[in-house]
Amino acid sequence: MPGKNGNASPGTQVTFLEAIKQAMFEEMERDPAVVLIGEDVGVYGGAFKTSEGLLERFGWERVIDTPISESAIIGAACGMSYCGLRPICEMQFIDFIVCAFNQITNFVAKGHYLWNAPAPMVVRGPSGGGVHGGPFHSANPEMYFVHTPGLKVIYPSTPYDAKGLLKAAVRDNNPVLFFEHKFLYRRITGEVPAGDYTVPIGKAVVRREGKHLTIISYAAMMHTSLEAAEALAKEGIEAEVIDLRTLLPLDEETILNSLKKTNKCLVVHEDTKTGGIAGEITAILCEKAFGYLDGPLMRVTSLDTPVPYAPTLEEHFLPNAKKIFSAAKELARY
Amino acid sequence: MKKELTRQQYLDLYYYMRLNRAVEDMMVKLFRQNKIVGGLYSSLGQEAISVGTAYALEKKDWLAPMIRNIGALLVKGVRPRDVFMQHMAKYDSPTKGKDGTSHFGDLDDLHIVSPISMLGDLIPVMTGVAMAGRYLGQKTVAMTWIGDGGSSTGVFHEGLNFAAVQKAAFVLILENNLWAYSTPVRKQVPLENLADRAKAYGIDSYIVDGNDVLAVYSTAKEAVERARAGEGPILIEAKSFRRMGHAQHDPAEYVPKEMRAYWEARDPIALFEKFLTSEKLLDAKGKKEIEEQVDTLLTKEREFAENSPMPPPELAETGVYCTGDDCHKIRAKWERPIAEVTPPKSSVAAVWTVPGFGSGKGSGGGNAPIHFGDTQPAETKPTEAGKSTVKQTKVAPKKTGKAAPASTSRKARR
Repeated sequence: MPGKNGNASPGTQVTFLEAIKQAMFEEMERDPAVVLIGEDVGVYGGAFKTSEGLLERFGWERVIDTPISESAIIGAACGMSYCGLRPICEMQFIDFIVCAFNQITNFVAKGHYLWNAPAPMVVRGPSGGGVHGGPFHSANPEMYFVHTPGLKVIYPSTPYDAKGLLKAAVRDNNPVLFFEHKFLYRRITGEVPAGDYTVPIGKAVVRREGKHLTIISYAAMMHTSLEAAEALAKEGIEAEVIDLRTLLPLDEETILNSLKKTNKCLVVHEDTKTGGIAGEITAILCEKAFGYLDGPLMRVTSLDTPVPYAPTLEEHFLPNAKKIFSAAKELARY
Repeated sequence: MKKELTRQQYLDLYYYMRLNRAVEDMMVKLFRQNKIVGGLYSSLGQEAISVGTAYALEKKDWLAPMIRNIGALLVKGVRPRDVFMQHMAKYDSPTKGKDGTSHFGDLDDLHIVSPISMLGDLIPVMTGVAMAGRYLGQKTVAMTWIGDGGSSTGVFHEGLNFAAVQKAAFVLILENNLWAYSTPVRKQVPLENLADRAKAYGIDSYIVDGNDVLAVYSTAKEAVERARAGEGPILIEAKSFRRMGHAQHDPAEYVPKEMRAYWEARDPIALFEKFLTSEKLLDAKGKKEIEEQVDTLLTKEREFAENSPMPPPELAETGVYCTGDDCHKIRAKWERPIAEVTPPKSSVAAVWTVPGFGSGKGSGGGNAPIHFGDTQPAETKPTEAGKSTVKQTKVAPKKTGKAAPASTSRKARR
């Protein structure tokens, strides 16, 4: 098992959370320009313990506890990035990122386009539902930012990708938002290699090969989609499952190639339906691959409501394998 | 006005104020000729603030202007042509026509951060610039400006509070020009002095006559040096008046005539000229020389700006992302041993002090460790002898000696 400070022993199985911790640890070890800034990231090690041990290792100058001031966290990180540092900002829950919406969308995102000022910084935090966190601790706010040119948006689903993409994000010269689905933190484990590696930003991956239809998803719903795909296989329907990994820039090539093979597409996400990335993906497929379509472009998403608290309500709100299975079966009939 | 600078410094301040005004006068002409694409904002009557504060900075220091701080940009080394071309949306402008006004910066040479139109956002950003300067051992100071209007934003509070807990080397100039668009300051803030807001952040503040360039300069100089010495952020309220409307389109008829007359009689350039003449630092000949120097420069700069083309339409598609090292080589400029922040040497002591920082007067003359909940003095009352006395409740636990005594915190206001 990895050590307290996140050192990986060769090719170990780690949790999603441990992978993130390792990425931060290794990047801070590699480059003194990398600092961590956020609420309770120091002595406490972060609300989910993703930064546990970093203060002891790197000291208070590099692991910076802040007041409850999301705009100040983002703003200060932006200023640091202008001076050659590579700050990682932690939003205690990603829901709170909207408190810094103006800083991110107007200041951080537009700087390179307008005045040639790169802002190499990462904003990361726990997102997503399924843990009964209620309406303010379960959000999937990724699309506010996918709509903002100048940002990159990552939403991984496996420990390997989480670590490799977070390292790539730290080394990227642009502001990168990194969403960590908290349902995956301790429930998902996977192997990470011993050595340094990165996963390229902007590349989707085919998680399961199939010929009858394509299911496109990301983050926690990628696992739910795989579960549905296994159930579909028992009925003779082979679904191809694509994990987007990066939402901005979107890997159109992988999506189009899969559709050209299966001719049917279902997009699954935990974000709400209206304005979710499924709408964008289906529009791209209509524009660029209309002639290949053998069925309607379909969506399985959360309801267009806030995330409700009660388990019965939240389970109804969220997509699940059964809903994906039914939609895919319907699509397969075409 | 007090005499304490070198002759060249006096003349520099005068030159930059004249240049600031002449640049803006020329832009009014360009505006009337429809050569300016968007709005034009004036700092008429506030030149002493932009020039006096920026003149207190060293070359390595950082600033981020607001819309009425063209004077500060000129002092920092921005060419007038860049200001003209920004307003005219020309291809050779610093943003190549992608943004206008003073919305541009220079990270590599001049150390200028571009503002955005949302007010207050520069405060946490410049706090971060100051924190990075400290981390890298550069001993730099970061400065930005905010108006009376902008001081009511949430991010003003978040930024200044964070700067204060970080003891960032940050100087904030609060330019109180009495009007936020059409709303007078009394309808914005129920305070006589906006500098009082500093108290809430536990930082020092000054109040200065914003039309007296020497007072502005010497106050800013002191603040900059205190910030550089590690005393933490400092707020300067510069009191002045916005003589034009919010922008060119606004005749500002809501401003009382008496108020305008009062401030027009206190023109900062005229006041300084009077001082320079009485101190025999400037005579008619010297004044004419400076006028000609400004004229010649601006004629040339305007010509360059007018000859610059508009950007090609396709430029709109480019530059959203940095494409990597070929686009920007991002390198931190270390001026302290990297080993100090690298394991195993990195300090893990939870105090906000770096060698050379946090040892200034404002932090009690030494390091300022976190205290352990020991009761702080509730209030300080002057005795008849004029000395401070500390009132404490009887149940207060014995001081551990770890907290900085209240008497060492200094209120430096004029």
